[in-house]
Amino acid sequence: MRTLALFALIAALILGTGFVQSWNSALIILNMGLVSAIMALGVNLQWGLAGLFNVGVMGFVALGGLAVVLTSVAPVPEAWEAGGWRVAAAIVLALAAIAVAVLAWKRLPRKTRGWAVAAIAVVGFFVYRALLDPAVSAIEAVDPAATGFLGGLGLPVLLAWPVGGLLAAGVAWVIGKTALGLRSDYLAIATLGIAEIILAVLKNEDWLTRGVKNVIGLPRPVPYEIDLQGDPGFVETAAGLGLDPTTASTIYVKLGYSVLFAVVLVALLVLAQLALNSPWGRMMRAVRDNEEAAEAMGKDVTARHLQIFILGSALCGIAGAMMTTLDGQLTPSSYQPLRYTFLIWVMVIVGGSGNNLGAVLGGFLIWFLWVQVEPMGQWLMGAITAGMADGSALKAHLLGSVQHMRLLTMGVILLLVLRFAPRGLLPER
Amino acid sequence: MDFLNALVVLANFVFIPAFAYGSQLALGALGVTLIYGILRFSNFAHGDTMAIGTMFTILVTWGLQALGVSFGPLPTALLAIPFGIVLTALLVLGTDRLVYRFYREQKAKPVILVIVSMGVMFIYNGLTRLIIGPGDQNFADGERFLVSARDFKAMTGLDEGLALKSTQAITVVVAILVVALLFWFLNHTRTGKSMRAYSDNEDLALLSGINPERVVMVTWIIVAALAVVAGTLYGLDKSFKPFTYFQILLPIFASAIVGGLGSPIGAIAGGFIIAFSEVGITYAWKKVLEYMLPESLEPSGLVQLMSTDYKFAVSFVILIIVLLFRPTGLFKGKSV
Amino acid sequence: MSGGPYGDRGNKDLSIANPRGMGVERPVRAGGRERPAPGGPFLIGEAMTGGYGRGSDILHGCTIAVDRGEIAVIVGPNGAGKSTAMKAVFGMLSLREGMVRLDGEDITALTPQARVRKGMGFVPQTHNIFTSMTVEENLEMGAFIRRDDIADTMEQVYTLFPILKDKRRQAAGELSGGQRQQVAVGRALMTKPKVLMLDEPTAGVSPIVMDELFDRIIEVARTGLPVLMVEQNARQALAIADKGYVLVQGRNAHTGTGKALLEDDDVRRSFLGG
Repeated sequence: MRTLALFALIAALILGTGFVQSWNSALIILNMGLVSAIMALGVNLQWGLAGLFNVGVMGFVALGGLAVVLTSVAPVPEAWEAGGWRVAAAIVLALAAIAVAVLAWKRLPRKTRGWAVAAIAVVGFFVYRALLDPAVSAIEAVDPAATGFLGGLGLPVLLAWPVGGLLAAGVAWVIGKTALGLRSDYLAIATLGIAEIILAVLKNEDWLTRGVKNVIGLPRPVPYEIDLQGDPGFVETAAGLGLDPTTASTIYVKLGYSVLFAVVLVALLVLAQLALNSPWGRMMRAVRDNEEAAEAMGKDVTARHLQIFILGSALCGIAGAMMTTLDGQLTPSSYQPLRYTFLIWVMVIVGGSGNNLGAVLGGFLIWFLWVQVEPMGQWLMGAITAGMADGSALKAHLLGSVQHMRLLTMGVILLLVLRFAPRGLLPER
Repeated sequence: MDFLNALVVLANFVFIPAFAYGSQLALGALGVTLIYGILRFSNFAHGDTMAIGTMFTILVTWGLQALGVSFGPLPTALLAIPFGIVLTALLVLGTDRLVYRFYREQKAKPVILVIVSMGVMFIYNGLTRLIIGPGDQNFADGERFLVSARDFKAMTGLDEGLALKSTQAITVVVAILVVALLFWFLNHTRTGKSMRAYSDNEDLALLSGINPERVVMVTWIIVAALAVVAGTLYGLDKSFKPFTYFQILLPIFASAIVGGLGSPIGAIAGGFIIAFSEVGITYAWKKVLEYMLPESLEPSGLVQLMSTDYKFAVSFVILIIVLLFRPTGLFKGKSV
Repeated sequence: MSGGPYGDRGNKDLSIANPRGMGVERPVRAGGRERPAPGGPFLIGEAMTGGYGRGSDILHGCTIAVDRGEIAVIVGPNGAGKSTAMKAVFGMLSLREGMVRLDGEDITALTPQARVRKGMGFVPQTHNIFTSMTVEENLEMGAFIRRDDIADTMEQVYTLFPILKDKRRQAAGELSGGQRQQVAVGRALMTKPKVLMLDEPTAGVSPIVMDELFDRIIEVARTGLPVLMVEQNARQALAIADKGYVLVQGRNAHTGTGKALLEDDDVRRSFLGG
């Protein structure tokens, strides 16, 4: 009942935006809300179901974005010719060096293994750089204004979504294996660090992502507005609905995304709910509520945690891929921890840790507020400064800083919910 | 001669910057480690506490400058630090009263306090940007160099110059003073010892008549002081930008964890380890090698192990290596 | 959901949360005031009924008392509520019925901290020293509530436990089990308490060390300080006790002098094993 009422509230908020502002704004909020809900679902899986503290959501979201580039962008044959294969060889070599180092650590006697591993690492690193650096310069020299990178596989963009999930899952496996395997776990700091590293790679490895030059014009799963406007049939239908072709086409495109995203969200939500109520989900909760008992019953807690960490991160990867598809471009510099890690946490806590529907609700609600606090703040500041003389420095400063109100608001909301409704809006049953 | 030149280059580009940066990290990590030891959670808001404290200092500095007060050759900001500390201490104490204390009374698990600190982080971050804006602020005045590269060359006759920025020298001197004071306080005063006792065993501290709320209050005041000093020194040395202060949280956490969370000595060691690795690995060693090696062996590239953009990666890799081999950190995470 | 709304969901992440040394005890209530209640033994927990938090009662009309210069020992089978009775006297659980009086005052409403200031020295069974601090610092922390010169008291503790003087600069956590118990008792003595309460001081130490600890406890009692003690090793403990309490399921089963209890057939058969 409460669930229904709260979701109705969300619907009302979004519809209200449509009526008061514009339907385009409403759809923008809805689309990112859908994506945010999936991210929140992923974090909720980790925190709510297993108590895993992932503060590297941004990294997995960014990996999803990378997946879109790698999957859907057309390959750049000249770049591949210039150095693509050498880069590939360098990476294979690096992986091999790591594998050999791990093997050496496990097999060699205690006394020598430290030196052996250090030697393998140093030699491996220099050979890798010797192979990689010239190849990278060669690739980046290929028409740097337009390409200067290897491109992707040129596959349909929808395929990038599961690929994003897989990519995130792969990285999550490596982190989880290291951070959860330690005697006491250090997942939080590990995820915090890896997210920054992923971002550094995205920003600096131009041969992979064009770095800060951004990859623009990514393929879309929906038609282009310009094509719709040129389609007489569409223009006629739009006119029939009393809309001008431009507005109609933008709304049509956004609706297309909404439908696609909603399908994914519903599918994932259903899966998450089924999982939660399956024997597997019951076991996970048993592990969470009494780890010692679960261990005594022969449950491998670390393996379970690893599993759920990978699943949750994969969801973030999928959402990241969807988001980049929606944007139509990959801009590595736009990823910020406050927005892509900590805001997702606010969503989960506000929605209700441990409750999938709560996470989805939190995703929509917090995203709505994140977007709408600014106009609200604008209005508020306008009211406050109305009495001040025009051109006063304070007035200008106050009006200019409205955009920072949203950070403040998010903090206040998180603290209020934690204090007065610590289980969130939709508590776990 | 070549050897001396190489040394000077090394000092100029690696040793001095790393030492200053290490001092800043160490001061930041001390704050994190104290909160971890006594309030028992990792404070995600620490970077933003540094930012907001530095902001207070900057505002007071501007005020002093407007009044025509200066500190001779030293930056005016040094005069403003005490004011910044008072304001920041009031802010964090207010935050504790309004926010954190409730959870202590509820005996909330530390991880809940971590989430709470995220909320505080958002608020501090927003406040900083609201008041001073997200842009860059340069507030260093006074003499820029203690030793400039040109003077050094003239003095020594070497080809390479050694520049010692006054902010770097100040950073190191102030950091040493602050750390010495902190250690004296923790090890030789009644209040300091009671803080260590509380960190070690809360229940027994209670039985010994130690007032937990007082311990917490003193801790916040010390942390505020450390944050303001660290933040101001960092800002003087580089420049003040709220987002940078948020980002510095990762190397600070890494320093505290590498050293062993909860151990003040560890925080300092961790700060320097992280700083030296970051600078050392992202520095282009070409020039040093040119002086050190015979001509035939001179490198053609920059001999930069990693690009500077990967400095966060460096802290993180060091962190992982330390944790893999010593899960409690270098200085076995003891209580403060 | 684990541990209420502010539980940790099984999170064990040491990089963000530090459970070590975290307190579990909380005051029963904000703490009331003492009232004069003259007469009776020096310290008495009378007809105490109660349990932890809102849980079911563990004690059922249990009475424990100790007078000046005496050693009183609480013994009983596992789960009899021995430690609970001692904690009740110290104010660590809420009494539904009964009262606690110390030196002519009713202190039932006082928090444990306030009772320390009233002169009760308490040595918990576990976690009873500051492991990361030196022996000397442990003793200093014991005297935290005192504002006068503590050098004399510290010298007395060192005379009582000479080994601690040798190790005074060493971290208490590095000492052996018996030495740690000496630190714990020494810490409690530093407040110059009017009564000393020991919760199983010999738990986990070897028989030789146990004998030595008992000798020291007798020495303490001879100075006129009343000692109330919970013991697992009933036979040895009763042998040194002026007064013994045998508890069974939170009730007083037998009470008498240590000697009388040791000779009581009923006690021997049911509890001391013949």
